[in-house]
Amino acid sequence: MKLGFVFREIGQSLSRNVSMIISIVLVTFLSLTFVGTAGLLQAQIGQMKTYWYDRAQVAIYLCTDTSPSDACPQGEASVDVKASVEAALRAPALQPFVETAYFENHQAAYDKFQEQFKGNAVAKYVTPKQLNETFWVKVKDPEKSAVIVESFTGVAGVEEVRDQRSYLEQIFSILNAASIAAVGIASIMLASAVLLISTTIRLSAFSRRREIGIMRLVGASNFYIQLPFILEGVVAATIGSLLASGAVVAIVQFFVQGYLAARLPLTSFVGLDDALLLTPILLAAGIGLAALASGVAIRRYLKI
Amino acid sequence: MISISNVTKHHKGASRPAVDGVSFEIERGDFVFLVGASGSGKSTLLRLMLREEIASKGQIYVLGQNLVTVASRKVPVLRRKMGVVFQDFRLLPNKTVFQNVAFSLEVIGKSSAFISVAVPEVLALVGLGEKSHNYPNELSGGEQQRVALARAIVNKPDLLLADEPTGNLDPATSADIVALLEKINQAGTTIVMATHDVGIVNRLKRRVIELREGVIVRDDKKSGYETALPTTDQIELAAASEEQQ
Repeated sequence: MKLGFVFREIGQSLSRNVSMIISIVLVTFLSLTFVGTAGLLQAQIGQMKTYWYDRAQVAIYLCTDTSPSDACPQGEASVDVKASVEAALRAPALQPFVETAYFENHQAAYDKFQEQFKGNAVAKYVTPKQLNETFWVKVKDPEKSAVIVESFTGVAGVEEVRDQRSYLEQIFSILNAASIAAVGIASIMLASAVLLISTTIRLSAFSRRREIGIMRLVGASNFYIQLPFILEGVVAATIGSLLASGAVVAIVQFFVQGYLAARLPLTSFVGLDDALLLTPILLAAGIGLAALASGVAIRRYLKI
Repeated sequence: MISISNVTKHHKGASRPAVDGVSFEIERGDFVFLVGASGSGKSTLLRLMLREEIASKGQIYVLGQNLVTVASRKVPVLRRKMGVVFQDFRLLPNKTVFQNVAFSLEVIGKSSAFISVAVPEVLALVGLGEKSHNYPNELSGGEQQRVALARAIVNKPDLLLADEPTGNLDPATSADIVALLEKINQAGTTIVMATHDVGIVNRLKRRVIELREGVIVRDDKKSGYETALPTTDQIELAAASEEQQ
């Protein structure tokens, strides 16, 4: 087997089909970038889940004078209400679920609000009385937070019970939908990449039909005849997957770490290590798909 | 060398078999003409011997291999011991004479050292030593067929199959090609040549196998060939006399 000859044949064939090869490169590049983005989104969801689920608490908001009257007909929650909520949280019935619980009074809520909305006009107009007094409950098992929510919802003097995880679930479902959409787009594009590769090989085999005919007559082995065609598709797809890997790393480096992380300092984002974990997967997917498409195309158009 | 027994080849959609119950044997060193009208099954028979096609019935042994049962992956190795030439030469237009011959050695993995010796040698043998850097479109038909012959024999095959090699050539050039084939045959290569050319067959007086509608109607050693069709010589004469009038 003379590799020099094989590579010369590939070189000739690549230069003959430049536009088709470029389209294979672009389609694999784009589709694998979508696959990579979907992977990044999933990694991001996983990372946020572990970060926030540890910190998420259930908030029991007590009534204030300014609360809506259908939830709080008697206005500001009385001392008795506070005592009974606290007692219930300490009671043996809820003990297995509650890890810690602490009370936040009007002043503490006001201080936290002032800190959160520093510089915002609303900070000037809000008074301590308007902000709910709150029992913050950290649950032992986040999956069972519903027990706390059900226990205190509708209790007199309690305006609302809110599991913070419900906010997060919305964010996660949006991210999830985005990653599913990315995978959907990617799979359509990958299908077109496969078709493009097989069409290119068909054209390439057609433009080389004289050579192939002679190779067969003089007894060149099937492997020798087919190898240039398989490598042609694989080389193009490899370039595409390398570009896609580069794009995924660049997205993490410049958009996520450079742009998002600077603007949302409290959130933890996917890092370069996640992106680098994805690159071998993208390369393997690109090369595998190309080899498969070439193999099928050759079986159909290069009968020996 | 070649042993064909009771071979039938039925093409899909054809009303009658292209080759129907054909049997013959060819010894090493033979020079055999396959003659018959178009569609008589000459080309199919050659394609069967090349294993371009597989017989529907019967047994074909070529160079010790049973072509009906041989595994496809063994076919390339078998074909390296055979050479083929066609009526339409089948040269690569973008390669020079030298490259055309060298290509057939490159693709079976011969070393460039071997190629640089074998190609000039075979080109000298066919009388094209001077034209090795010309492209096929710069050559006459006869010269192109010589290149094709050089390509077919450069790997020193045991068997040379020729499918109407003179079909596109004038009688004088045809005679040159046939002389070359005789030279190749004398060097020990078995030759099976399908042809219409009565003049050549009658002049050489070699074994003739005549086919009609896929059946052997005649298999004579050292024979001639009679046909109702006009020979090329007669056509030439007729054309010449028409020009005179």
